[in-house]
Amino acid sequence: MSAFSAEVRDGIGRLGLNLPDEPVNKITKAVRDELDELLDRFVADRDVRAVVLISDKSDSFIAGADIDEFVALESREEAHELVRQGQALVNRLERLGKPVLAAIHGSCLGGGFEAALACTYRIATDHPKTRIGLPEVQLGIIPAAGGCQRLPRLIGVRKALDIILAGRQLAAQRAHRAGIVDELVHPAILERVAFGAATKLADGWRPKRRRLGAADLALEKNPLGRRVVFTTAKKQLLKKTGGHYPAPEAALTAVRHGIKYGLEAGLDMEAALFAELAVSDVSRNLVRIFFATTALKKDPGVEGEVPDPRPVANLGVVGAGFMGAAIGGVAVTQAGVDVRFRDVDLAGVGRGIEGARKILKERLKRRRITRHEYRRLERLLSGGTEWQGFGRCDVVIEAVFESLEVKHEVMRALEQHVSDECVIASNTSTIPIARIAGVVQQPERVVGMHFFSPVEKMPLLEVIVTDQTAPWVTVTAVAFGRELGKTVIVVRDQPGFWVNRILAPYLNEAGRLLQEGVTVETIDKAMTRFGFPVGPITLLDEVGLDVAHEASKVLHEAFGERMKATDGLARMTQDGRLGRKGGSGFYRYEKGKRREVDETIYEIIEAAASSKVPREDVTRRLVFAMLNEAARALDEGVVRSPRDGDIGAVFGIGFAPFRGGPLRYLDDTGAKQAVETLSELSQKYGDRFTPCPRLKRMAEGAERFYPA
Amino acid sequence: MQRAHSGRRVAVVAGCRTPFCKSGTALKDLLAIDLAKHAVVELVHRANLTGKEIDELYFGQVVPSALAPNIAREVSLLPQFPASIPAASVNRACASANTAVVLGHDQIALGHADVVIAGGAETLSDIPILHSRRFSDLLVGLSKAKTTAARLKLLSTFRPKDLIPVTPAIAEPSTGETMGQSAEKMAKINGITRQAQDEFALRSHQFAHAGNEDGRLTAEIAPIFVPATGVPVGRDNGVRGDANLEEMAKLRPVFDKRHGTVTAANASPLTDGAGAVLLMSEEAAQSLGYEPLAYIRSYAVAALDPGDQLLMGPAYAVPKALDRAGIAWKDLGLVEMHEAFASQVLSNIKAFESQQWAEERLGRSEPVGEVDWDTLNVMGGSIAIGHPFGATGARITTTLANEMKRRDVQFGLISVCAQGGMGFAMVLERR
Repeated sequence: MSAFSAEVRDGIGRLGLNLPDEPVNKITKAVRDELDELLDRFVADRDVRAVVLISDKSDSFIAGADIDEFVALESREEAHELVRQGQALVNRLERLGKPVLAAIHGSCLGGGFEAALACTYRIATDHPKTRIGLPEVQLGIIPAAGGCQRLPRLIGVRKALDIILAGRQLAAQRAHRAGIVDELVHPAILERVAFGAATKLADGWRPKRRRLGAADLALEKNPLGRRVVFTTAKKQLLKKTGGHYPAPEAALTAVRHGIKYGLEAGLDMEAALFAELAVSDVSRNLVRIFFATTALKKDPGVEGEVPDPRPVANLGVVGAGFMGAAIGGVAVTQAGVDVRFRDVDLAGVGRGIEGARKILKERLKRRRITRHEYRRLERLLSGGTEWQGFGRCDVVIEAVFESLEVKHEVMRALEQHVSDECVIASNTSTIPIARIAGVVQQPERVVGMHFFSPVEKMPLLEVIVTDQTAPWVTVTAVAFGRELGKTVIVVRDQPGFWVNRILAPYLNEAGRLLQEGVTVETIDKAMTRFGFPVGPITLLDEVGLDVAHEASKVLHEAFGERMKATDGLARMTQDGRLGRKGGSGFYRYEKGKRREVDETIYEIIEAAASSKVPREDVTRRLVFAMLNEAARALDEGVVRSPRDGDIGAVFGIGFAPFRGGPLRYLDDTGAKQAVETLSELSQKYGDRFTPCPRLKRMAEGAERFYPA
Repeated sequence: MQRAHSGRRVAVVAGCRTPFCKSGTALKDLLAIDLAKHAVVELVHRANLTGKEIDELYFGQVVPSALAPNIAREVSLLPQFPASIPAASVNRACASANTAVVLGHDQIALGHADVVIAGGAETLSDIPILHSRRFSDLLVGLSKAKTTAARLKLLSTFRPKDLIPVTPAIAEPSTGETMGQSAEKMAKINGITRQAQDEFALRSHQFAHAGNEDGRLTAEIAPIFVPATGVPVGRDNGVRGDANLEEMAKLRPVFDKRHGTVTAANASPLTDGAGAVLLMSEEAAQSLGYEPLAYIRSYAVAALDPGDQLLMGPAYAVPKALDRAGIAWKDLGLVEMHEAFASQVLSNIKAFESQQWAEERLGRSEPVGEVDWDTLNVMGGSIAIGHPFGATGARITTTLANEMKRRDVQFGLISVCAQGGMGFAMVLERR
């Protein structure tokens, strides 16, 4: 079956792409070969004066190159060969001898965008589904079909780097403003306008493109200025990646090389760098995370017979505090659902509604929604002190104070007021869901929805299921969480669930190290160097010391000695330090901004004067505390698969994505090596490092979490 | 007893409203449309509606916004509703929301609709201030002028006094008489003393205060959370539990400084607010599982010469409505009269009770009826609670229906006077 439909109308050759049996268009080998042939035909056909490249799918122009092809690459040489083929085809579009137009509706990404860049003229629809960009670096590779060459030539180096280095996707309007597309039209007239422009181009008309602005001219049109641009970009980049992500750096090199030595040299550089990156561990792990996330988006959250999730139009939020308000705000912003708050007094309801409005306002400020949309969505926020409106809710999430007694009160009240079809969810982070569900008549509809703070920024949601939770409840909670824009993992109802469970020994270890005299800076830096976005001490400040302290007590109670924390946190909270939210923690804060480490804390926690812990052990103790617990919890069935566990750690804690997550990292380290390290640590530092049974078993059988 | 019409019976299922606040105070940053939407969203929640049940929506507003003149359609485009709910805005001055209820009633009675939301809204914190006619002409002329010379010529006609804005007054366009002057005139003609007016106003405050304290009045209020702060406004801010006759007596009359009796204390204040009522056919209420508060038994409107006693409309409308209901005044267990002015309420009551009025004005041999003060405005009225023109009818309907249920009263009456010499009356029945 062919991917293209080709026809000639009014002297214009039309190439309509519709990849069979795929939801989106992508550039596969078959597509490349067919396009090559069709171009031959159009070149030879004297009646064809120009070519229009368009998609016959509803919402996808070309979403990119075929990832499966890229994943199958086994060697650098193969990768090089693949990218050369792509480059040749794209070059061909540019040098066809007849004008080629890209008529873009829907996603136009990666290789698809690179093809469009090689066209003579680009028209895009002003539709929200139209998104244009180069996401390659997010998979640890670079745009290598000329993207690093043609984009800077079209819109200037600075603007191009902005898009390439961050792997950004632009809405059509932004792409138009940036000069990436020549015209913006309503989808209904896309093809007509494209044909009109094609005729004009065939008649010799050439589009006038905006020149660079004064600042860009000054910087980019001379070697010295360009140097400033590239050095600044590199500096900013390293600050962001900590040197862990080679792809953006490589992209920068490719752009720079092409600007300096010309298009052909630039393409050679792109190909060489791509070949190297494509088979690197970093890229492989990023691709795995990408695949895992994609797979999770389709995972209903239960095995066996899968009921349909119930549609959620109305959400009730009990407790309009910080978390409740944010959950409501995200629900309105992301899913456009009706949100009803309930709190004990009107002032509390008002604070919650205002907190939710702030999240919505932020979208307005970022121009993600219009003023009209804001006014419309704002109307979805309401609330009161009674239970009015809860009868129409499809899902209710309680986010009241973390006390079993209070939660029970809420559960009893909810059962009186919600319909039988309503899912009852708890946002608790410490109390077992089964205990919360203990007082209700229908415990099968109680589930945990554990959001992370700040809700509007943190991408992960843990859906906690008890032994009694009904499948329809789980699938509804999972589907709803996804509508809220979250990556959702289903977790079994055990203390700490998944994320806090593996986080606890790690944070405890950080506390021990502090007490043993290691400095805050050393500890935090060890972990950022490992690839965490922030170190454990900074994380404690962010989470809130009181919250962390409470959670650690719960886990100690549940799991005993190995989860025992030092009394550092207790002392800090007794000293009135609550972390960032209170304005003082391990670090100092001024007007909400973090300053230097507060040196007085060493006295508060009675830290040793100086440390004898070797630097390498600092890293190993922190990392392996988490790894060991992750293996143990997986073995206990807390998460459904290593994939879920790794995604949870990456999106919930920020565990270095280029390492693929704790379980993938254990696989890469090897169970045998991990057990050896843990045994060594347990001899030196204590029993808590005793390798968990699962790891020992795996070491004996040379097993892995993931198939090799 | 026979019914007023042969159509389907219409139920009042629920109602709620925003707090009523004096203009320029707590709700001053909200547009009438915001207030209207708030009341309706809250009604949706309180009545457990999905939104899909609604067939039509009517809303009253007396001073519409020039930017969104059809407030009803803006409300029916709430995200809680499908986009397919037709909506119309109506203006019968202070009886606008009542008229919205009537329109909904008629559509249901005729079988055109099963479920209707009717209400009204007003903000006098955001009244349109107009440019003078000369200045408007100049602006329009400038936008049409084609040459600079023509523009300059137009500009040369400009005079600074053209900038003096025109503020709409609450006056009869046909007579130029303001509402207050009319109330003053009625007090004189009907012999309503200052003392009687002040006592009536005091009663309004005391009863409203009691309704707030025992929760009957606050039950119908949907607290508003003010934009940008989230500060809750949960009560009407004109109600004064500490009102007393001594303080009231100190106030100077506003409209006739020498012989007048109408003061700020015995008149309703300029107010912002909105209210909405849920109407259903009897059958729909039953099949959707709602227990109606009351049913609409009859209604009537009347009008008289605005140059006569402007606010005597109820004295004509009420007997009509009672006749249509087939009941007598003595059958009424509750009466809700809109209190534009104490003098207006007392004048109408005099008319209801007057043999002469009945004979001369109504051509009836008997007076309309004698007021039982224990059943009149039992939670106060517009003088204390406030009077957002377009919304008051929704408030009164809600209050009456709720109280009829509480007291299990079979018949209740609504009476509203309106600008233009109009009167409105409606009879509700419990069963």
